[in-house]
Amino acid sequence: MLPVPLRVVEANARAYRRTWKGSAVTSFLGPILFLAAMGLGLGTLVHHSTRIEALSGFSYLAFIAPGLMAATAMQTAAVEGTWPVMAGMKWIKTFHAALATPVEVSDLVLGYLLWVGIRVLMAATAFAIVMMLFRAVPVIDGLAGVGPAVLTGMAFAAPIVAFTSWIDRETKLSTLFRFGIMPMFLFSGTFFPVDQLPGWLQPVAYATPLWHGVELTRAAVLHVPEQVSAPIHVAYLVALIVVGYAIALKGFERKLQP
Amino acid sequence: MQPARDPHLSTSTETGGDALVSARGLTKRFGDFVAVDNIDFEIHRREAFGFLGPNGAGKTSTMRMIAAVSPVTSGELRVFGCDPGADGAAIRTRLGVVPQDDTLDLELTVFENVYIYGRYFGLSGETLRARVKELLEFVQLHERKDSKVESLSGGMKRRLTIARALVSEPDLLILDEPTTGLDPQARHALWDRLYRLKQQGTTLIITTHYMDEAEQLCDRLVVMDRATIVAEGSPLELISKYSTREVVELRFPIGEQEKALERIQDIASRVEALPDRVLLYTEDGDSALAEVTQRDVAPETTVVRRSTLEDVFLHQTGRTLVD
Repeated sequence: MLPVPLRVVEANARAYRRTWKGSAVTSFLGPILFLAAMGLGLGTLVHHSTRIEALSGFSYLAFIAPGLMAATAMQTAAVEGTWPVMAGMKWIKTFHAALATPVEVSDLVLGYLLWVGIRVLMAATAFAIVMMLFRAVPVIDGLAGVGPAVLTGMAFAAPIVAFTSWIDRETKLSTLFRFGIMPMFLFSGTFFPVDQLPGWLQPVAYATPLWHGVELTRAAVLHVPEQVSAPIHVAYLVALIVVGYAIALKGFERKLQP
Repeated sequence: MQPARDPHLSTSTETGGDALVSARGLTKRFGDFVAVDNIDFEIHRREAFGFLGPNGAGKTSTMRMIAAVSPVTSGELRVFGCDPGADGAAIRTRLGVVPQDDTLDLELTVFENVYIYGRYFGLSGETLRARVKELLEFVQLHERKDSKVESLSGGMKRRLTIARALVSEPDLLILDEPTTGLDPQARHALWDRLYRLKQQGTTLIITTHYMDEAEQLCDRLVVMDRATIVAEGSPLELISKYSTREVVELRFPIGEQEKALERIQDIASRVEALPDRVLLYTEDGDSALAEVTQRDVAPETTVVRRSTLEDVFLHQTGRTLVD
């Protein structure tokens, strides 16, 4: 018999079969549009910049590709960690249905996070394939970014699922995207090195989980040394997963088994 | 058809006779709010047991505690002899739950909803394919097996939820307000399926605020009001204990009820004045009504009927079930 958390994964995968086409198109189209517009379009301008040395000798396309890969992992995790969780808890109540069976709250949270991990893996792999098509980096190097990107995604998934499980009004989800996800996407080293920011803003960027994820992913793909040692990045991201899981557990219990 | 089950499988762990569920001093609080206040009851194998009461009486809170999805605040609760706080998953393995909201996945088909639910119980794909077909035939939804749930009527969704609850071949089926919001035809179709389950020996727990539903389906029931149990027994016992054989209902033109009330006060063993009508509790409705007419009291409409559980509720609480 399948372990209980994996039954939760299976249920999500079966439901996903209904919508996979649309989501697959998005997974490829997003990276294509970004790499074309930023990497190729904006890149030509960047290459004429006097501060080109900030990119450590890489083309702008090669520089942003791993950064965008990590950011895509973050965004996939954020989407999967918000509306579907709200739907399961409140709108269509499929989480309530699962908990009427032998599934425990911990199985549900763990199983759901594993499922988000699979979705992030799918998105990161699609991104690696697009990187290949753009010849941004050598083929194998692009795939080397998938692992760090998935870790990055999970470091967002757990706290975001926790956040969704605690809030009472869904309008707070848009707030999360507007004031959390979007600024991180722009300022955490995805599009330019954080040391190009004004000095007072740099520590803020270093504190964001996305910066750690971008650094890890970029180091894996471009074979450049991280600014901070890799174990610190990993420890920070893993800590977010553990803390997020624990808070999500409490949030699920409070909402689903009052 | 619900598949036959092995009668030995379900009896091994119980203690205390054939009580599937027993509660002593069961209490549920949400902060300062007391949802269930110190109630006792016992539910036996193969019986259809009802919780009758108005909205907010504490029925759903009680159901959720029995279904091991809501912790008991105080008191003792045993389901299949187990403690829901400690052995929740073991209890839920043997329960079928039809919640007040259907909690169906609208994006998925009828078949997929039952199939995925069955997988949560660890049932194999092979077992499920055969069983889901059987259950969908039982609830008369087999022709719709590939339809998205979104397209089903309210009554169909309810029946699908029942099929889903039966997928694990539960020893006990819990139905929380099974027919609320359904039209009369859909209600009767559902009652018919529940009646069949009962005949096949499934133990049922039903909450309802419809007295006719409780009378039709329940062997035994408790009447709940404001978090406590106010009466307990079979529908017939309750009626004979707390009410008379017949009831005469009188409706008066606006403003005349009070005057009439003075003149008929002594006709019946009990007279209940509601805002919109007067009820006379009596053993013989026709002669009570004749007496009313003799005293020159002229109600606008009159009905002579048998006593119902609604009358029991009114007697015990002074209020009607559905406002």
